[in-house]
Amino acid sequence: MPEVRRSIAITIDDTEIDAYEGESILQAARRFGIKIPSMCYLEGLSVWGACRICVVEVAGQHQPRPACATLVVEDMEVRTNTARLQSHRRTILELLFAEGNHVCAVCVSNGNCELQDRAVEAGMDHVRFDYRNPLRPVDATHPKYVFDPNRCIVCTRCVRVCDEIEGAHVWDVASRGHQAHLVTELGQPWGRSSSCTWCGKCVASCPTGALFYQGSAVGESVHAPDLVARLVAARRDHEWFPPVESPTSPNEQNGDDR
Amino acid sequence: MATPIDLHEVAERELEDQARYPWRIKACGSTACQSAGAGASISTLESEVVAVGLSDSVRVMSTGCMGLCSRGPLVRVLRRGGEETMYQSVDRDVAVDIVGAVAGRGEVADANRIDRHIPFFTRQHRVVLANAGIIDPDRLASAVAHGAYSALEKAITTMTPDQVVEAIKASGLRGRGGAGYPVGAKWSLLAGASSDQKYVIANGDEGDPGAYMDRTVMEDDPHRVIEGLAIAAYATGATRGYIYVRAEYPKAVERLDRAIRAARRSRLLGRKVLGSDFDFEVQVRIGAGAFVCGEETALIASIEGRRGNPRLRPPYPTESGLFGMPSMINNVETLANIPAIVSKGANWFSSIGTDRSTGTKVFALAGDLTNTGLIEVPMGISLREIVEDMGGGVPDGKVFKAAQTGGPSGGCIPTQFMDTSVDYESLRELGSIMGSGGLIVMDEDTSMPEVARFFMEFCMDESCGKCVPCRAGTVQLHGLLDRICSGEGRPGDLGLLEELCTVVRETSLCGLGQSAPNPVVSTLHYFRDEYESLLQEAAHA
Ligand SMILES: Cc1cc2nc3c(=O)[nH]c(=O)nc-3n(C[C@H](O)[C@H](O)[C@H](O)COP(=O)(O)O)c2cc1C
Ligand code: SF4
Ligand code: SF4
Ligand code: FES
Repeated sequence: MPEVRRSIAITIDDTEIDAYEGESILQAARRFGIKIPSMCYLEGLSVWGACRICVVEVAGQHQPRPACATLVVEDMEVRTNTARLQSHRRTILELLFAEGNHVCAVCVSNGNCELQDRAVEAGMDHVRFDYRNPLRPVDATHPKYVFDPNRCIVCTRCVRVCDEIEGAHVWDVASRGHQAHLVTELGQPWGRSSSCTWCGKCVASCPTGALFYQGSAVGESVHAPDLVARLVAARRDHEWFPPVESPTSPNEQNGDDR
Repeated sequence: MATPIDLHEVAERELEDQARYPWRIKACGSTACQSAGAGASISTLESEVVAVGLSDSVRVMSTGCMGLCSRGPLVRVLRRGGEETMYQSVDRDVAVDIVGAVAGRGEVADANRIDRHIPFFTRQHRVVLANAGIIDPDRLASAVAHGAYSALEKAITTMTPDQVVEAIKASGLRGRGGAGYPVGAKWSLLAGASSDQKYVIANGDEGDPGAYMDRTVMEDDPHRVIEGLAIAAYATGATRGYIYVRAEYPKAVERLDRAIRAARRSRLLGRKVLGSDFDFEVQVRIGAGAFVCGEETALIASIEGRRGNPRLRPPYPTESGLFGMPSMINNVETLANIPAIVSKGANWFSSIGTDRSTGTKVFALAGDLTNTGLIEVPMGISLREIVEDMGGGVPDGKVFKAAQTGGPSGGCIPTQFMDTSVDYESLRELGSIMGSGGLIVMDEDTSMPEVARFFMEFCMDESCGKCVPCRAGTVQLHGLLDRICSGEGRPGDLGLLEELCTVVRETSLCGLGQSAPNPVVSTLHYFRDEYESLLQEAAHA
């Protein structure tokens, strides 16, 4: 049931648009086809506001604001792609690439990775910081899925989808700062998890090659980040969509993972 | 239900009781003196008094911090109606001598006497620390005898909540937790929020390395914090309060707990405070051991039992805070100012300090200084007075180089600005901040890039890891500083350092990341030559 929402006039990059009260800059921009890069944001999940890729400039505000976590207000003037923002986004991407082990050429998500896509869009063709080359053990104990923390950007999309949509809450973030990392079942191997329902929503939602199906080879892992939004809409409107192709599992051809 | 306490009667009885003893010996039992051996000296004082047969005329009591912590254990001897003498480095032998001198046999060596007329003491203006080192923090009556809860009584019985808020606004008091937000304005936001349940929270997380202002207030005068919080609750319509104390402060937790129980027994807390219609319950919550939990939204998450991650504001806690209810977080020192403002009036308070920075500030003096310890000074005092007069200057004939304020979120102030007034605006203009009260003095031997590296390491370890610029940016900033300091800097490193500082500052989610670059930016601004010469050395190596 579409509710009646109050319109708010805002300007994004000199285009006047009618945003809805209560929506974020990012949501308003997307409805009008204005692209703002995002990573930790996933439609259908709570807002995390942590990757900071979506930063935009709001007139009258000193600091850039995250578009995903900033609500529109009347007469707001937003700029999404100034030289300063482009440079900041490139630097943030460089920080991410230097932090983990993002060797695209040997990654299951090569060609299907949001981190890679954002870097290409931002023109981030080299990293000026020292690679940290962390040593992070892969968890392949689950019969169906693999977690490779080397590719993880701690966006918590898996944590939120598992908690908020599936209701299983298998995932958490442990430790702080640069030690922060994802754990399943409060630190138990994923394969021993009794709360995991094998639904695959985390795999579908992961923006990188950190979560994938057992047996995937380089370039094979395709995610389905829009699955969550469709599920949320379907639950709300009681209108179920036909089975979808993705998330791709090399072993299973349909979307039984929903 | 117990009858409410009669504050005047308790105070009178306590003062009479104290007056029975011609001599009182007050020994600092605060953490700094304890670690210098105060436990042994206090028990020696007590047993000696018995040994010389003076139990009826000398009373020994353990109090809180007397300020000159670097010279502890400290002891003060007070003679009824007479002079007061202060002693330093009181070990067992000196304790024996002190009791001997009181008994009229022998003297204490001059080296152990402290001149109370030195600027370290005379330049202080004690509001927050008025009772520290004077009362016995474990006894409610001792605090009441020195005015505790009289401001709460005054507020409840003679002022409306609005009048209290107005008084705090008029006083010009600003938050002592770092940012200096006007306290009255925050209170009126909470007062204006309509909700059945509102919370007030005292922030005693105090994570800045080397800082112990809030610990001292909580340990040495816990009732002042509780009273300040109760007045805040009365003024804003809150009925529940929390005091969030850093886990590393077990003594503060113990004393606050005991103080809360004593206050509740006397109906200074709980249902119908002092017989009025005002209900107020307080609980102590122990911190999760992370610097970032001092950030207000992380602190709220931590009290709720969740991971101490900051979240984006707005909404501000006064709209949606603890358990989703309107809440207000004030720093411990901020709240400790409240009773005095209510008792003595906004005009009295605003007459101390400068126009825009009223009142006093407590500083923890540390570093290359003759006198280190805790001081409370009027705002607007010059840095020179603090360092040279009160701190006794840099020891060993060395030269002052810079003072660091604001800890890991602050910056440094070099020699040429020694005459700057210590207030919120002036410090900010110099690229530093007032911060919560850490003040570290550095002499000519200090390497400023090292200082920047030290603070960056702190921020890197204390980042919560939620947002990318802070989590990954502080690691790279630290890596850059590390290689510059160890003589392995590369051409272009300074440019990269500066660019990354800007990104981390402008795009981090919370104050930790946003201010983490400050020590780097500030040392680069004033001491760029030190960075450059390290890089030059590296190029020629
Ligand atoms: C990383 C970080 C750490 C903080 N730590 C403290 C702290 O230990 N104590 C404190 O009072 N405020 C701390 N603050 C500031 C609080 O968020 C909040 O502004 C303050 O408690 C408000 O009190 P005030 O208005 O009385 O100053 C911290 C802020 C940040 C960003
Ligand atoms: S595993 Fe994937 S979805 Fe989960 S935090 Fe890491 S990158 Fe994000
Ligand atoms: S700035 Fe640092 S401490 Fe604050 S949310 Fe980001 S990672 Fe956490
Ligand atoms: S998409 Fe907005 S902060 Fe990550």
